[in-house]
Amino acid sequence: MVLGAPLLALALTLLLGVPLLLLAGLSPMATLRIFFLEPLNSANGLSEWLLKASPLVLIGLGLAVCYRANVWNIGAEGMFTAGAICAGWLGLRYGDGVHPWVLAAMMVAGVLGGMAWAAIPAFLKVFANTSEILVSLMLNYVAQLLLAWLVNGPMQDPQGMNLPQTALFGPSATFSALLPGLRLNASIFITAACVVLGWLLLQRSFLGFRLSVVGLQPAAARYAGYSRNRITWFALLVSGATAGLAGMMEAAGPLGQLTASISPGYGFAAIIVAFVGRLHPVGVVLGGLLLSVLYLGGEAVQMTLNVPAALSHCFQGILLFFLLGADVLIGHRIVLRRS
Amino acid sequence: MEHLLVPLLSGMLVAATPLILAGLGELVTERSGVLNLGVEGMMLAGAVTAFGVAVAGFPAWVAALAAVASGLTAAALFALLALGLAVNQYAAGLALTILGSGVAALTGRHFAGSTVSLIPRLHLAGASSLPLGQVLLGQDPMVYLALLLAGLVWWFLYRTRAGLVVRAVGEDPHAALAIGYPVLRIRWFATLFGGGMAGLGGAYLSLAYTPLWVEDMTAGRGWISLVLVVFAGWRPWRLVFGAWLFGGVTVAQLFVQTFGLRLPSEVLSALPYVATIVVLVAMSRNPASLRINAPVSLAQPFMQEH
Repeated sequence: MVLGAPLLALALTLLLGVPLLLLAGLSPMATLRIFFLEPLNSANGLSEWLLKASPLVLIGLGLAVCYRANVWNIGAEGMFTAGAICAGWLGLRYGDGVHPWVLAAMMVAGVLGGMAWAAIPAFLKVFANTSEILVSLMLNYVAQLLLAWLVNGPMQDPQGMNLPQTALFGPSATFSALLPGLRLNASIFITAACVVLGWLLLQRSFLGFRLSVVGLQPAAARYAGYSRNRITWFALLVSGATAGLAGMMEAAGPLGQLTASISPGYGFAAIIVAFVGRLHPVGVVLGGLLLSVLYLGGEAVQMTLNVPAALSHCFQGILLFFLLGADVLIGHRIVLRRS
Repeated sequence: MEHLLVPLLSGMLVAATPLILAGLGELVTERSGVLNLGVEGMMLAGAVTAFGVAVAGFPAWVAALAAVASGLTAAALFALLALGLAVNQYAAGLALTILGSGVAALTGRHFAGSTVSLIPRLHLAGASSLPLGQVLLGQDPMVYLALLLAGLVWWFLYRTRAGLVVRAVGEDPHAALAIGYPVLRIRWFATLFGGGMAGLGGAYLSLAYTPLWVEDMTAGRGWISLVLVVFAGWRPWRLVFGAWLFGGVTVAQLFVQTFGLRLPSEVLSALPYVATIVVLVAMSRNPASLRINAPVSLAQPFMQEH
């Protein structure tokens, strides 16, 4: 039953994909093969798969914490950016020499940057009763513009021919590759550790229990004396920490620098990851792997068939639509009745 | 002074128009108790549809109608989930925004590089001889249409029986059902109205605001109109006022630059978003006023039991 809705949704998405692709003038079978299988049939493909899944899983974990507590954080994109900016600043400043602590300090900076960005909606929610949905969303735009200003101004690479990017980080500020020739790096182990921590928090701790009670039954939570405000703070700060860490890993991993656009919509895709994963840490891992395929598939069809990568955004949206519907259909029995 | 005031006020009216259109639609939707977070997606769907139809050579009013139709379709998808299946409205709205921006980006790639001619502005004889005549009488027709619609929505909500029923459904769906009103059907209509208006707002962006297709050209305006509804306390005329205020902030950034204030352009572009947050904080500080103004059943799924 737990797997029913996601699997049904995935099947329906593929089914709807066929007429969509026909409409776009593409052969459905060939396109779907390139979309879902081509990216995964080489060592490099598998490495890219895990590399892309890592930030999605990490952000999705934080969002699962939020959504369990009924805190509607849709600002992960901004928290990701804030984390990358803070980590990037350290990386540019201290990354050139041989300092074993730089990478660790960047991780801390990424986490703190994301938390600081998440603290804004949390503070406003608790002290001014402001909708966390709208504030966190608005802050996405602000973070994006902040990054654009930094890479066009104070942090711009002086030898970069005026491109909107920073200099490349030094070797001690980047994750080194695990295997020669592949981009996969050690950051996936940190993600894995976070999954375990997330599982302990959500499935095995009293705090996780309180989180769910506040989300599911606010009245019961109030009666039991669980503080809604404290849970709001906690959920937003955790999601800020994971999103900021993911931003740091992206900057210090595959990118190796800051550019004007560091996130291909991870913050939004991670919303789908959290829902597909049923707000459960193990499910989030599966959801992250699935959404990562969608990203890679989008890139693959763009390269081979010249179809824009927006196709994968469409698939993401359709998947979430079907998932929400499938949830209801699996949990209820349909009775047709004449009124 | 007038040479500055005229472009400032004109720009303000123009920048406010898409916000008024989309905001009015969402206002009616929310008055019926439905929160549709998919405004951004519906606006993008409307924008890309209108642009495509205009590029194909159809007149602007056909393009605008097509945009309304695509907004309606998008809202129907949302309503299927949120009303038909009583899915969590936040999640369904987010899904609509993600889907709408994906579909818009996918279809919009065909129009990269195309341009359409903007909807012409009105030219009334003698308008320019009046003080501010050019501002008040020289805008494109959709600016006036938006204001007319604001009046109609006000009249509908506060002066017609149907409007009263919509408000009643938003305040207490169970009571409304008990006295015989088809709650879900009324919510369907209100949601579809919201979709059509968001589509029209999107059409304004691609037909009258920028004459070319830019991916994500709404740039958060759908979200800002959601904020405006809160700002307006769910009242149509206050929404118009709020939209002008935001239009003013949007245009002011252009003028700050001409005054030689050396602020980075990114800081200025961030102003509307920061202003939105400030407004939200100011409006939400007083929980009592929110509780009085907000439709009581907002965003709560309703299941009709027999």
